[in-house]
Amino acid sequence: MPAIEIEKLEKSYSVGFLRKTLKRALQPLSLVVEEGEIFGFLGPNGAGKTTTLKMLMGLVFPTAGTARILGKSIDDPEVKAQIGFLPEQPYFYDYLTARELLNYYGQLSGIPGKERPRKIESMLERVGLRDAANVQLRKFSKGMLQRVGIAQAILHDPKIVFLDEPMSGLDPMGRREVRDVMEELKRAGKTVFFSTHILSDAEALCDRVAILHLGELRGVGAVADLTSTVQGNVEIVWKGTTIFPAIKALNAVCYTTGDTVRAVLPEANQDAAIDAIRRERSRLVSVTPVRASLEDYFVEKVKRIEAGLGAKA
Amino acid sequence: MSARILHIASNTFREAVRDRVLYNLIAFAVLMSGAAILVGQISINIERLVVINLGLTAISLFGIVIAIFIGIGLVSKEIDKRTLYTVLSRPVRRWEFIAGKFFGLAGTLVVNTICMAAGVFAALLYIWPHHLQGSDTGILVALYFIVLQFLLITALALLFSSFSSPLMSAIFAFALFVIGTFAEDLRGFAEMTHGAQHWLATAAAYIVPNISALNVIAQVAHEQPIAGRLIVFNTAYALTYSVMALLGAILIFERRNLK
Repeated sequence: MPAIEIEKLEKSYSVGFLRKTLKRALQPLSLVVEEGEIFGFLGPNGAGKTTTLKMLMGLVFPTAGTARILGKSIDDPEVKAQIGFLPEQPYFYDYLTARELLNYYGQLSGIPGKERPRKIESMLERVGLRDAANVQLRKFSKGMLQRVGIAQAILHDPKIVFLDEPMSGLDPMGRREVRDVMEELKRAGKTVFFSTHILSDAEALCDRVAILHLGELRGVGAVADLTSTVQGNVEIVWKGTTIFPAIKALNAVCYTTGDTVRAVLPEANQDAAIDAIRRERSRLVSVTPVRASLEDYFVEKVKRIEAGLGAKA
Repeated sequence: MSARILHIASNTFREAVRDRVLYNLIAFAVLMSGAAILVGQISINIERLVVINLGLTAISLFGIVIAIFIGIGLVSKEIDKRTLYTVLSRPVRRWEFIAGKFFGLAGTLVVNTICMAAGVFAALLYIWPHHLQGSDTGILVALYFIVLQFLLITALALLFSSFSSPLMSAIFAFALFVIGTFAEDLRGFAEMTHGAQHWLATAAAYIVPNISALNVIAQVAHEQPIAGRLIVFNTAYALTYSVMALLGAILIFERRNLK
């Protein structure tokens, strides 16, 4: 059974005061997330990621379409006991201490009173907040709030964890800690669905990703599959100090370092470049494929979309 | 009551306490001490009347201000600060959230009223050290009616908070409280009018909360008895009105997109 099934889910808001018009925040979206995978929901700000997450959490009602979590409708209250949610830039009751906040969410999640103190203590330890457990949240830094946010999202041992921009605004250490938690969750067999616009995080963590742009799904699949569709480059290194005109003509970007020359050029021109080097009787040192990153894929997709929109205009 | 409603109510109560809402008790204590000392010196045989009038009126006004200014933020503040997102992503139904918020603030107001009532009785004992008299049970009835007023106003503030901004909610709730204070006059006016004006005035008189019927401070101060029938009627009226306002709040909130 899939963890999350989204079918033609869409959302429009009416904007304007007197002359109301419909603004589409999300085009019909269909998506399946399997159990146990880390699924990245990518896209620039305003792409519709948070709107989708809010619909899955029941905070915003879809204009059309359906979504099921663990086979049940998102309206089913039982579903909520199986999920954890960390909103973007979370804000919690700042008059509570970290321990009190976790106790409150534990109560709302139905964790029995006998188990709650043990779970809270172990969670505070896990997110590194044991020493700040009795400090009111109004005195917490952004990073500490994010840790509390993650703690409340996983305190009740949910099967699926939804994280909205969990690394946003964190320092490198904080980002690393969040990544570690996500990997731990995966090892424990949980499903993690997280939105981000930081592509390197998604590339490092995700089994699969979906790319959303201007409210529309632009691609979904394993990172390697998506990046393989981007035309790759190749790096060729040879002994010498001369950049040959024949190589330059192959759309290459060349650099000279000491007694070697390095050229990065499209994979399709690789053979022609090697032939040119041989013709010049230079010694070939290496030929290395440059793997396209998720960022390359994303940028290419966005450029194509924008070019399409420009052409239509 | 579901356990979740109880947890939300208790968190709402804790918020009020930690946000120093109960500090108003200090102002009340100063007021009552000053009044008790002062009336003992300047009034002849009307000390009791002055202390009861002043004490109960202050309890009512302090409570109404708390009910309006906390009540209007109960939902809108949670949406603005996005604290609601993590609450509603739990197995918490929206109506449970509204009910929990209502009981939390109502509980705060009841505790506040009990503390203030103790202050009024202390002031009465100060000016009349021998004992409290039998007719002072009327004070308890007046206090009960004041609590009913708080329930009404809290439910109305929550209703407005479920769909409008805090400022507009405060204006609506305060306006209804003021008009409701003159509800009996409005009903009298409706009886004197004819035609469409009569229907409009009657409708307005019955829509606004009848706060004036819940105000028996003057009668209690003058040691006039309160009819048992009035207690039953006021209880039924205030509870029905509050439930209707809460249902309105729930109906609106159940359909609201939390952008």
